[in-house]
Amino acid sequence: MIADRYNKISVNLRRSVAEKLVKMKILICVKQVPEITDVKINPETGTLIREGVDSILNPFCEYAVEMGLELERHYGDIETVAISMGPPQASSALIRCLEMGVDRATLLADMRFAGSDTWATAFTLAQAIRAMEGDFDLILVGKQAIDGDTAQVGPELSEILGIPQIMYAVSVELTGNKKKIRAKREIETGNEIMEIKLPGLVSLSKGPMIRSVSSFKEILDARKKELRVATASDLNIDENELGLGGSLTQVVKIFPPQVKKTGKLVDGSEPQGAAKKLIGFLRERKFV
Amino acid sequence: MLKIDTEKCTGCKICEKVCPFGAIVVVDNIAQIQDNCTLCGACVNSCPVEALSIERKPVPKEELDKFSGIFIWGECEEKNERIVPKKVVRELLAQGRKLADRLDQDLTVVFLGDGKLTGLETLITYGADRIMRCQHKLLGNFTTDSFTNVISAVISKERPSVFLFGATPHGRELAPRVAARLHLGLTADCTGLEIDEKGELIQTRPAFGGNIMASIVSPYTRPQMATVRPNVFSFVEPDNSRKGEIQDFDVILSPSAIRTKVVAMERLSDEREVSIEDADIIVSAGKGCQKKENLKLIQELADALGGVTAGSRAIVELDWIPHTKQVGQSGLTVGPQLYIAVGISGAIQHLVGMSSAKTIIAINKDPDAPIFKVADLGIVGDAMDILPVLIRDLKK
Ligand SMILES: Cc1cc2nc3c(=O)[nH]c(=O)nc-3n(C[C@H](O)[C@H](O)[C@H](O)COP(=O)(O)OP(=O)(O)OC[C@H]3O[C@@H](n4cnc5c(N)ncnc54)[C@H](O)[C@@H]3O)c2cc1C
Ligand SMILES: Cc1cc2nc3c(=O)[nH]c(=O)nc-3n(C[C@H](O)[C@H](O)[C@H](O)COP(=O)(O)OP(=O)(O)OC[C@H]3O[C@@H](n4cnc5c(N)ncnc54)[C@H](O)[C@@H]3O)c2cc1C
Ligand code: SF4
Ligand code: SF4
Repeated sequence: MIADRYNKISVNLRRSVAEKLVKMKILICVKQVPEITDVKINPETGTLIREGVDSILNPFCEYAVEMGLELERHYGDIETVAISMGPPQASSALIRCLEMGVDRATLLADMRFAGSDTWATAFTLAQAIRAMEGDFDLILVGKQAIDGDTAQVGPELSEILGIPQIMYAVSVELTGNKKKIRAKREIETGNEIMEIKLPGLVSLSKGPMIRSVSSFKEILDARKKELRVATASDLNIDENELGLGGSLTQVVKIFPPQVKKTGKLVDGSEPQGAAKKLIGFLRERKFV
Repeated sequence: MLKIDTEKCTGCKICEKVCPFGAIVVVDNIAQIQDNCTLCGACVNSCPVEALSIERKPVPKEELDKFSGIFIWGECEEKNERIVPKKVVRELLAQGRKLADRLDQDLTVVFLGDGKLTGLETLITYGADRIMRCQHKLLGNFTTDSFTNVISAVISKERPSVFLFGATPHGRELAPRVAARLHLGLTADCTGLEIDEKGELIQTRPAFGGNIMASIVSPYTRPQMATVRPNVFSFVEPDNSRKGEIQDFDVILSPSAIRTKVVAMERLSDEREVSIEDADIIVSAGKGCQKKENLKLIQELADALGGVTAGSRAIVELDWIPHTKQVGQSGLTVGPQLYIAVGISGAIQHLVGMSSAKTIIAINKDPDAPIFKVADLGIVGDAMDILPVLIRDLKK
């Protein structure tokens, strides 16, 4: 028994020595989302009307991709991998990642994943990472997805994987011979520079406003890159831990928000009159 | 049940250090669990060789009913060198009180901090039945690791039926870690909380950038956990006749449990000024203000009304204001009584941060600007001409 344990320790040690020789690996979790400005709901069924709505790569995920690529450009010898759980159409979000410069991508697509809440999403991602990319160094996620809007998948994923996290980062750098990551993050009172040992997870809340448009060559290159599709059977995961059945929250009702009555629109081409209207309104509402 | 894979365990003692109850000890190079293990899960994810696991079976309905009590995280902030509860804690107390009365259960606020926690008694006057103090020298500053450990320990020991967090940056970072550790459902950024006839918590929240509302339940797990958007629920006037108790919760925490290190901190907001999250009146500037010098007018208007200034992301990018004043999806969510938007177009990412303001006034020279769709009063005109007159007249 003791000898057995000793063996295990030495295996672990050997693995960590070997790991030093391989490239650093950055995983970027991305989600495809509808352009939220167009979302409508069917008043009769209370469900989302998704037809005719454009799908895009979630902008906060795009920041995460850009940050991963910037680390690769700056430090070199880094492999970047994009992962997404979603329907087959979500492969277009991954193609966008490949065009931006990510080395390879994996889509987790299976009917059985449908209806996942944030717990089931994070758990499925964690099992996929363990099964396929267990030797990762860093996971980058977006601050939130602009559809579900929960901002929960990142911290749930890091908790399941047992790694530390830095949330709401705006810039990152690698330190300590690529063994640590240091991130500047925006907090309510100002800025904070935080450091964690890798492996760890960082969520991005901002990036450059100007989106880089991929060149023709990048688009061609992307076609040669690996886009792998995995299903539930590729993961070590119990049937009842998947999708709706594995979810701990349940959406019981979806309804449109109370629309606020639009107030009056007043012509303000004449400053004197506009100021008078404004003060009248402020008086009426007892602000002055 | 906590299970130890004795084959995998290397006797490294990491689990011993992170257990908040001293419930796991390493004997003869193998971890052993004591009777006082609460299944809080802190040890499981810390084991470097995955030797620990918790088997969580779906809990039968009658088990769920054994969980009792409404709990609230009493998030604190530093104000004028004092550690005080955030405004959202009072809002949660008012809402939590209603849920507690409806269920005929107690309302508890849980505070984490070092020895400096004082003046907590006043929260009893805002509706709490019990104040639970978790004090430890490592809890002086918020870290996700230490706070996750302690809150998970509180939950696993106290077994509440509901646990609420403010949907503040820290709350939204902490709650999902606790939820994942204890395998609990969690609803994000709620704007409505109700108890239905079965005694279940119905959590209502906006999603899709505020375009839809969803009602969500956590049928299988307890406590039912939610983060709650600040500035949505109003708080009640303090009632000095209310009685309550203060209790200390024993905290065991080792420095090795904390894996983040703050290297530097830079304060950008003025400590004497009310933060935009707490402000009652906000005058907010957009790119339509044309140049940084014009923000003088925004400040003067805010001063005349007794409010604070804020702005859109566009002017944060231009470096006209610090990000601590940015309203919106990648900034802060505000909920003042009055929000005056000056030269802001009203992009959806801006609207989600301010549409819960009670009264909205917009000044924009484009009659089709989307901001007018949420405004109670819209003025179509050149703000740089209107503001000087408005300020002059207000001062009269
Ligand atoms: C109206 C509505 C309300 C909902 N409310 C809740 C709720 O309160 N609680 C709850 O648990 N679930 C809720 N859900 C379910 C939830 O939206 C889904 O589980 C969704 O898959 C993940 O949540 P999100 O979109 O909020 O992602 P977020 O947690 O906001 O995403 C943050 C980051 O995590 C990563 N990520 C998220 N999803 C994926 C993915 N599929 N693949 C790869 N990376 C990903 C990305 O990097 C992303 O930027 C709701 C669903 C709907 C339709
Ligand atoms: C992922 C993501 C997150 C984002 N997060 C945020 C966020 O948190 N907060 C945020 O604000 N934005 C955010 N944005 C950006 C958002 O989409 C808009 O670009 C931004 O809000 C525009 O700011 P603005 O209204 O100041 O500028 P503009 O859109 O340029 O609008 C200027 C307005 O001023 C008017 N105007 C011009 N001159 C005058 C004048 N003399 N008098 C009166 N009116 C005048 C114009 O008619 C126009 O409507 C985000 C974007 C993305 C992609
Ligand atoms: S942390 Fe894991 S390996 Fe180390 S003593 Fe505990 S159970 Fe054993
Ligand atoms: S589950 Fe919690 S209480 Fe039980 S041994 Fe692990 S850390 Fe200690």
